[in-house]
Amino acid sequence: MTATAKTVRITYREAMRQAIREALLRDPRVFLMGEDVGRYGGCYAVSKGLLEEFGPERIRDTPLSESAFVGAGIGAAMGGMRPIVEIMTVNFSLLALDQIVNNAATILHMSGGQFNIPVVIRMTTGAGRQLAAQHSHSLEGWYAHIPGIKVLAPATLEDARGMLWTALEDPDPVLIFEHGMLYNMEGELAADAGAVGIDKAAVRRSGTDVSLITYGGTLGKTLQAAEELARAGINAEVVDLRTLRPLDSETILESVTRTHRTVIIDEGWRSGSISAEISARIMEGAFYELDVPVARICSAEAPTPYAKHLEEAAVPRVSTIVETVTGMVGARG
Amino acid sequence: MPALGADMEAGTIIEWLVKPGDAVRRGDIIAVVDTEKATIEVEVFETGVIQNIVVGKGEKVPIGTVLALIRTDGEAVLPPTEIKPKPVAAPPPIPPRPPTPPRIEKPPLAEVPPITPHRLRVSPLAMRAALDLKVDLSTVKGTGPDGAIIKADIERAAKAAVAAPPATPAHPTAPAVEAAVTPAPSAPSAEGPKLVPPRKPTIAPADRQAAMRKAIAAAMAHSKREIPHYYLGAHIDMSRAMTWLQAENLKRMVTERLLYSVLLLKAVALAVREIPEMNGFWTDGAFKPGAAIHVGVAISLRQGGLIAPAIHDVDKKSLDQIMVNLRDLVKRVRAGVLRSSEIADATITVTSLGEQGVEAVFGIIYPPQVALVGFGKIAERPWAFNGMIGARPVAMASLAADHRASDGHRGALFLAAIDRLLQEPEKL
Repeated sequence: MTATAKTVRITYREAMRQAIREALLRDPRVFLMGEDVGRYGGCYAVSKGLLEEFGPERIRDTPLSESAFVGAGIGAAMGGMRPIVEIMTVNFSLLALDQIVNNAATILHMSGGQFNIPVVIRMTTGAGRQLAAQHSHSLEGWYAHIPGIKVLAPATLEDARGMLWTALEDPDPVLIFEHGMLYNMEGELAADAGAVGIDKAAVRRSGTDVSLITYGGTLGKTLQAAEELARAGINAEVVDLRTLRPLDSETILESVTRTHRTVIIDEGWRSGSISAEISARIMEGAFYELDVPVARICSAEAPTPYAKHLEEAAVPRVSTIVETVTGMVGARG
Repeated sequence: MPALGADMEAGTIIEWLVKPGDAVRRGDIIAVVDTEKATIEVEVFETGVIQNIVVGKGEKVPIGTVLALIRTDGEAVLPPTEIKPKPVAAPPPIPPRPPTPPRIEKPPLAEVPPITPHRLRVSPLAMRAALDLKVDLSTVKGTGPDGAIIKADIERAAKAAVAAPPATPAHPTAPAVEAAVTPAPSAPSAEGPKLVPPRKPTIAPADRQAAMRKAIAAAMAHSKREIPHYYLGAHIDMSRAMTWLQAENLKRMVTERLLYSVLLLKAVALAVREIPEMNGFWTDGAFKPGAAIHVGVAISLRQGGLIAPAIHDVDKKSLDQIMVNLRDLVKRVRAGVLRSSEIADATITVTSLGEQGVEAVFGIIYPPQVALVGFGKIAERPWAFNGMIGARPVAMASLAADHRASDGHRGALFLAAIDRLLQEPEKL
């Protein structure tokens, strides 16, 4: 695709920055805080330049204490602000698990509906950058287990650009998981791109032979696999979940009803994962549509390795997707 | 419930042919039982009066369960007893525990019923398609994961059915088993033939086939695991036997003609008299010679699988009697109606694959038997005799025998005896 008058060439990182900038411009209650978001410009350079534009009141560097600054974000949200809290990686968010799970997710319920917590917590997730086991995991599936929060996984430029505003509009806590491998993804985005819905999964590629269900960092690999499969005569449908909680079961089940075969691609570990939840929902809701058992492609159940070849081998790969689907659909005779 | 085969664990009563108060005599057929292999008529081994029936029609009980009570002559009439059948798979009754003071205990382990492995693998979508298109799943070959039947297989089968309508009846369960519904041929009973009334099969053909495959697998795996087989083979000059048979058959009506298999069966039975270690069972770590010579005849089924029911007292029967028995047996095996004694008590088995063109059979003994005799095809071969070479009909007789019960030397003598006996067919 080439740039036209109506589109701009942009990276995922830049799209995210524009989203934050737009939120800061549109709503004076919005502010960004986190480790190194100000002077350093964000450890993935998402907030580069924002300190200069909006000042230290609204772009706040915090001490290295996830529990403290996520708690401060929750407090600010209760006090009427619209904070965007950035956590460097999902691994570090575990230090703030008590704030997220015990406070943000429960206060509306425990206050008898008196206090909403309109906080947005952004964090990086996933492997692929040789950052080793303490910076590379995909724990978004864990958060999708918790009632009281929403869990988003923008996988496209549109969603990187548009999900944040909708999340800020939401009266309840929203977690946004940005896969670290996506920041450099570049493509065309409508010049007037803006807020997008966060309620529905999206069919990124329609097909008839198999439903490939994925989200976040594995969407690109899945679409690439779908292209390869198309060359082999297999017509794969690709569903981008976009939101892991609440799951859009309807779109999933509709797709399975069209194709009767499903492969779930999830960079999280298989056991007790979001892929397990999706598989269970398909069994519950589309059992009589299934022509083969649901298959899952997940990460190796080991801490993410540091060595590049091992790291690549540990996470879902295009070739694995192609092989799995070929084995499944090839059987149709 | 009689054990109607070494591998049988339970049977289902399909039909009672007697009711309380009926007089029965040894040898009468009193009930019909369905096993994994076949529908089998149960003979009674006592003479007396049926007092009461314990296991009702349709019930499945393990072997050894009392099915009915028979009052023999002279026994007093008893009030109906309280014997209740033990249903298959029901957990043993747990005696009530005395109340214990509450304390933290490990949760008890639940009784888990065994998994039945022979369920058809059909995808849910294919199952629905089969209902819509009225396709009999048992006729469909699966091409999905691990041979599962998927929707495409159903569609293919439906298309094929349209292409060849008369071959496949519309109703799924009907074909093979409907044949089994024909009345059983005459049962040798003093009152004359007793007809078995038509009955509905309880097991669908596909299930039966899968169950039979499972039963064969269990018996054969057991045999190969437990029995130290030794194998011997000998070429037998069949010229005298065949010449005699041809001449003999020329004298007979077509319906009374003999098959050469009958000669083989009789020769084996007579050879067994000389070498009794080939005849009987290996049970509980010891060889128990057979009280009589009941020769099991391996009969393959058209839909696959095989069964080896016995012809009783082959050594004492004339060739004509054996022929009548064999013809009857083949007919009933193919119809799926066998008698309990035929299934359970073969003391040695004979298998003849010659009609398929093989030269030799290396058999697997059917446990707990200790020997299996195989015959290959009878074909003309160059044969040296008295320094001259001529073409003669020759068959390879082979022996698979249990080395726990006999040794190669005895096995060799046994094959030699069969050879010798076949050289004098007129004496068989």
